[in-house]
Amino acid sequence: MSSETILSITDLIKHFPVKKSRDRKKSVVKAVDGISFDLRAGETLGLVGESGCGKTTAGRTILKLTEPTSGKIVFEGQDITKFKHHKMTSIRAQMQIIFQDPYSALNPRQTIGKIISAPFEIQKVEPAGGVKNAVQTLMERVGLNPEHYNRYPHEFSGGQRQRIGIARAVALKPRFIVADEPVSALDVSIQAQVINLLDDLQREDGISILFIAHDLSVVQHISDRVAVMYLGKVMEIGPTADLYQQSHHPYTKALLSAVPQPDPRSEKSRERIILSGDLPSPINPPSGCVFNTRCWKVQDKCRTEVPQLVQLGATQVACHFPE
Amino acid sequence: MTELLRISDLHVAFPTDDGLVRAVDGVSLSVSQGETVAIVGESGSGKTVTSLSVMGLHKKGSAQMSGSISIAHDGGFLDVISAGEEEIRSMRGRSVAMIFQDPMSALHPYYKIGDQLAEAYLVHNPGKKKEAISRAIEMLDLVGISEPAQRAKEFPHQFSGGMRQRVMIAMALMNSPKMLIADEPTTALDVTVQAQILTLLASLQKEFNMGILLITHDLGVVAQVSEKVNVMYAGRIVEQGGVDDIFYNPMHPYNLGLLKSVPRISATGSERLKAIPGQPPSLISLPAGCAFAPRCEYIKFTDGNACATLMPELAGTSASHTSRCHIDESKRQASFAQAMKEVR
Ligand SMILES: Nc1ncnc2c1ncn2[C@@H]1O[C@H](COP(=O)(O)OP(=O)(O)OP(=O)(O)O)[C@@H](O)[C@H]1O
Ligand SMILES: Nc1ncnc2c1ncn2[C@@H]1O[C@H](COP(=O)(O)OP(=O)(O)O)[C@@H](O)[C@H]1O
Ligand code: SF4
Ligand code: SF4
Ligand SMILES: [Mg+2]
Ligand SMILES: [Mg+2]
Repeated sequence: MSSETILSITDLIKHFPVKKSRDRKKSVVKAVDGISFDLRAGETLGLVGESGCGKTTAGRTILKLTEPTSGKIVFEGQDITKFKHHKMTSIRAQMQIIFQDPYSALNPRQTIGKIISAPFEIQKVEPAGGVKNAVQTLMERVGLNPEHYNRYPHEFSGGQRQRIGIARAVALKPRFIVADEPVSALDVSIQAQVINLLDDLQREDGISILFIAHDLSVVQHISDRVAVMYLGKVMEIGPTADLYQQSHHPYTKALLSAVPQPDPRSEKSRERIILSGDLPSPINPPSGCVFNTRCWKVQDKCRTEVPQLVQLGATQVACHFPE
Repeated sequence: MTELLRISDLHVAFPTDDGLVRAVDGVSLSVSQGETVAIVGESGSGKTVTSLSVMGLHKKGSAQMSGSISIAHDGGFLDVISAGEEEIRSMRGRSVAMIFQDPMSALHPYYKIGDQLAEAYLVHNPGKKKEAISRAIEMLDLVGISEPAQRAKEFPHQFSGGMRQRVMIAMALMNSPKMLIADEPTTALDVTVQAQILTLLASLQKEFNMGILLITHDLGVVAQVSEKVNVMYAGRIVEQGGVDDIFYNPMHPYNLGLLKSVPRISATGSERLKAIPGQPPSLISLPAGCAFAPRCEYIKFTDGNACATLMPELAGTSASHTSRCHIDESKRQASFAQAMKEVR
């Protein structure tokens, strides 16, 4: 990892307009509601949080697959926030995405060869030695048999399909990849294979990764730093080791304490923080601190004042009464 | 402890266009009052087919079944495989109830929550509508739904994912079953909600002394709630034992492989994961011997051909901890102990 910043996100907001059915008043889903962070070259930032907290939306907005509502995205020194389609095309080669669902992410009517070579075609790149040769080298690199070049997605298992998605994403040697739950649909034994593959590729090519996941054990393994999201906002962000050992935000603590570990003796004696209720609606998030409806440390101030992210020890925390 | 369920040598196969799918191949296990028995395994290993067999839920004619499934029912025992549809219906929900992975598909979208709960009661208590409704409200309250009388009049889409799973649990409890089968009850939920549901299940189990057969692919969940564990691979139980045996003294190379490959939250941080190479076999063309052989690195500790040609029996030095493996016991102990040092 170097100290060069390749991606810088400032106050990114993505609101989706929705029609409320009852009073037909227009309202918005505050999917991403003001997040900021930097990503260094070769670094992996884990993005965790419960379903619906805005992880996928953050990833897609950063890649400009959906237009941000406001905020700033600087990629390799260029402000791409307002770049339109044609200007993004040249940058796309540098920014790729890997999807969660290895079943729906691949076109069932295209051969693996065709799927993996798509980035060359879109970018009109003619790799040395020809496209087929380049694709087969990629297949070999991600652990697929190059002779399966002409096969179709349905002939592959979930883990193999994820390898196909990864081959496609790294084809043009991008600087930055958003990996949106890349191993969530995979079984443990296959999941470890794919995590190791991502690890290797990243080390060899120096790629920066935004690794989106809800599994905190997986995230600890792969990330240099971790950001914890809740209802569209970053609650805590910091180096992985510090965040896992000495988190300051009540939500981070609750999340970590909820993850069961494959260790029955410690599990049976473990104290858990059981949060009440579930995630409030992002259409009408609580005022003040968005976590206040489930937080066991809540006080009056939490219901009226939005806590800002401030440095506390090794992590940055958005809480009025941090641990 | 009273035994509530005993499965002996269960085989379930489905004829398909591609050939016979051997989904469950010689499964034996039992569940007693007050205990939680887990079945853990990867997707397609036969967990759900096993649980649907217990409930008598395979479509007539679609599944070829053999073996026996004996359920404590009305003071005696009912063998689900040979029983008639009538007897199974009287057992289902009353002696054993099931909680499914996806509550949305198990609940009808157009009926009120309370009516759906009541229906589960009316199946076994025809005509007792009033009693059914008050029981529904009582059960909603028991699983932690606030203002239960009010919420009973709402529809499934008005409930969050975690609340729907609570409703599923309430529905399973409507007829006070002695046993619950929970097939991936928290897989669709976030960890914070999973923690709520697992805590709820544990307290209900204590209160009613229920036996629980918990099906999951999550080793963490297994460690948290179960006393006995069955590790399944390609339709077979490859290791069976107490939870500590399974996690601290694995006997089967597949179980060891799982323990090594699962990421753990640890103080030391991120060492490289030790993945199991390859992938599970197709259930249509299972190898003649051990189904794990193509991925196993311990064949070298057996006497040559056995792994490829002979299916190992479940066996062990004690009856409470067994595995299906040809490995030489003394070689296993030394090499597995070494490998377990790398875990954690
Ligand atoms: N196109 C859209 N229109 C309206 N609302 C949307 C749209 N896309 C996402 N949302 C809403 O924005 C919020 C954040 O969604 P997002 O998919 O980013 O969550 P996530 O953190 O990725 O969740 P998961 O873990 O389930 O993948 C959710 O409330 C979601 O319903
Ligand atoms: N009705 C069916 N017809 C054919 N194959 C089936 C049927 N039900 C399940 N199977 C197959 O049986 C195997 C085990 O399935 P299942 O028990 O659902 O696995 P899991 O362990 O993930 O719950 C899988 O290969 C599955 O495809
Ligand atoms: S600001 Fe208040 S409600 Fe929010 S996390 Fe901190 S203590 Fe809890
Ligand atoms: S029987 Fe042979 S192949 Fe199967 S797990 Fe044991 S050693 Fe490995
Ligand atoms: Mg998502
Ligand atoms: Mg299943």
